[in-house]
Amino acid sequence: MSDSTNNRPGNDNRSLTRKLLLLAAAMFGFGYLLVPLYDVFCEITGFGGRTNSVAEISREDPDFSRSIRVEFVTTVNEYAPWEFVADRDSMEVTPGKMYYATFTARNLTEDKKVAQAVPSVAPISASGHFKKIECFCFTNQEFQANEERAMPLQFIVDPDLPEFVDTITLQYTFYDTVRVSANDGS
Amino acid sequence: MTTAVAEAQDAHDEHHGPDKGIRRWLFTTNHKDIGTLYLVFSLIMFFIGGAMALVIRTELMQPGLQFVHPEFFNSMTTMHALIMVFGAVMPAFVGLANWMIPMMIGAPDMALPRMNNWSFWILPVAFGILLSTLFMEGGAPAAGWTMYPPLVLQTGDAFPFLIFSVHLMGISSIMGAINIIVTILNMRAPDMWLLKMPIFVWCWLITAYLLIAVMPVLAGAVTMLLTDQFFGTSFFLAAGGGDPVMFQHIFWFFGHPEVYIMILPAFGVVSEIIPTFSRKPLFGHDSMVYAASSIAFLSFIVWAHHMFTVGMPLSGQMFFMFATMLIAVPTGVKVFNWVATMWRGSMTFETPMLFALAFVFLFTIGGFSGLMLAIAPADIQYHDTYFVVAHFHYVLVPGSIFAVMAGAYYWLPKWTGHMYNESLGKLHFWLSTIFVNVTFFPMHFLGLAGMPRRIPDYSTQFADFNMIASIGALGFGFSQLIFVWVLLTAKKGAKATDRVWEAPKGLEWTVPSPAPYHTFDTPPKARIAQEAFE
Repeated sequence: MSDSTNNRPGNDNRSLTRKLLLLAAAMFGFGYLLVPLYDVFCEITGFGGRTNSVAEISREDPDFSRSIRVEFVTTVNEYAPWEFVADRDSMEVTPGKMYYATFTARNLTEDKKVAQAVPSVAPISASGHFKKIECFCFTNQEFQANEERAMPLQFIVDPDLPEFVDTITLQYTFYDTVRVSANDGS
Repeated sequence: MTTAVAEAQDAHDEHHGPDKGIRRWLFTTNHKDIGTLYLVFSLIMFFIGGAMALVIRTELMQPGLQFVHPEFFNSMTTMHALIMVFGAVMPAFVGLANWMIPMMIGAPDMALPRMNNWSFWILPVAFGILLSTLFMEGGAPAAGWTMYPPLVLQTGDAFPFLIFSVHLMGISSIMGAINIIVTILNMRAPDMWLLKMPIFVWCWLITAYLLIAVMPVLAGAVTMLLTDQFFGTSFFLAAGGGDPVMFQHIFWFFGHPEVYIMILPAFGVVSEIIPTFSRKPLFGHDSMVYAASSIAFLSFIVWAHHMFTVGMPLSGQMFFMFATMLIAVPTGVKVFNWVATMWRGSMTFETPMLFALAFVFLFTIGGFSGLMLAIAPADIQYHDTYFVVAHFHYVLVPGSIFAVMAGAYYWLPKWTGHMYNESLGKLHFWLSTIFVNVTFFPMHFLGLAGMPRRIPDYSTQFADFNMIASIGALGFGFSQLIFVWVLLTAKKGAKATDRVWEAPKGLEWTVPSPAPYHTFDTPPKARIAQEAFE
């Protein structure tokens, strides 16, 4: 890395190289920084239908002039040995009132299993207004062999829900927390 | 330290030439040798990637499954893209940079010659690893070059090899980019101040900064895939609290600047060639520099237009849509300047000029289809169809690849000291241009009609256009053999003069043809540097 005699006066290859290497290293770090940044971004915008935090209980009066249809969709992730259904497909709710719903899951194997449900709310503009007070998705759910269990969800739809939303879809995907990689799966 | 002394002594020995045999190429630190290595490597990769493209087009010639298994078809689309992007286009431009930048700025060599040797020799290793996955249990990577999880995590034994080869390609590109920046900033001829630099050098300077900014982000993204698969992290696994969509954000934060990494040097090459054969100076040299810089800046804030369909807030769609459309402004400045350079010039149409003209015209078609894809509501219809395939092949094949061809024909006499066979060059040009359009133009219609990409079979309504596209692809592929023949016979032609063309600008034309092993051991005189440029 010795400087050639042709270098412009005062320009040192070594120090510029070091700065550029530093820049590359910083950008590698920036790639990882995008992970927490993305989380913050999703929390703020509701991007990705993310609603996974406990809501503070709203004290607002129920808005009886509106009726919102809340639909439940359940999905079991590929290869996961579960049965997972909502006890009812949908319900009519009044914004600002507390509601309960139950979901039932069954472990189809002879082994102890741990599952995690991941929620998503559509449309995106509603995701910040769908407040879960209590949800089985907040923690891992442990199931004994062949165990079947009902799991509770307690929620309020925020009266500030945008005018144009009359239907909210809450979708849960049920994951087996034991990783399914291609090598085991296929 | 003793080596430094030895090197200093070598520098005074003006007549020492290259080593003999294989050692010359393995241990070379000469920018011309390394440039040649890069160019030859990229040509080999161009043919390997091209053979994969022909497997794809042969399978798609008729509806139904005829020749290959769907899994292998998916491997072919994935490997074709990885090889063409990282193995053919990028190394070709780095090769041109190695050969030409020191000669254009009056430097004796690249600033960091030993690192230069490393950045090249990492590449054959990286691609050796990548190609070896073709023979592995579970097949070569088949989840697309974008490597989206969770699909890519289902890759078989090839998975860690894919990640490692991407790491190596990244390291090679970053080292190459650092070398180019240091060379340009520190080793220019004494009174070549920045805005006096040739436009090719400028475009490469900007490209090199883009490389340093985004290749590490790609390395980070694939490292996260690796740790998700093997070390229990959950960056992209929903069950563990991660989000697969986040990969798309990180990937395209790299991916969009990457497309300009592949096109900015092409702009540079074309901006060198058009003035020479129009016999006029480049129109708006400084505005070209500002346009390239604006494109580079904008490339960092438009990534989500690759993923409108993942679902994002309306405000997000609007932002990415308008930011993307803004790129058309500096790109328009460039196209305007090329046309204005030709305006009332006394033009001739040698092979490099033909390729450059086809570049301007066909790249612009690709730019316009890109503008169509930028429209968020329309993109939901076009997404993952052959319209996208048509778009990026128009900007990459008659865009980047044609610019590489143009550059190769333009500087070949300077490299070899002989004129290439002009009529074969013209034949190569015309066959390439006709077949590239026969191949990719029908894909617009297929995409608009709804044919999805990356699928080995299709509905019978798409049969005719697919047949046409496949015939075009075979024609294009085999026409490239003419180029190989031109290269093999490059030294058979008439002796080239030092200036080669009638009135080219730039310091590279002040050295003899073929360019001696060492050029500009002492910086060129300021006056000569000026005159060569003006």
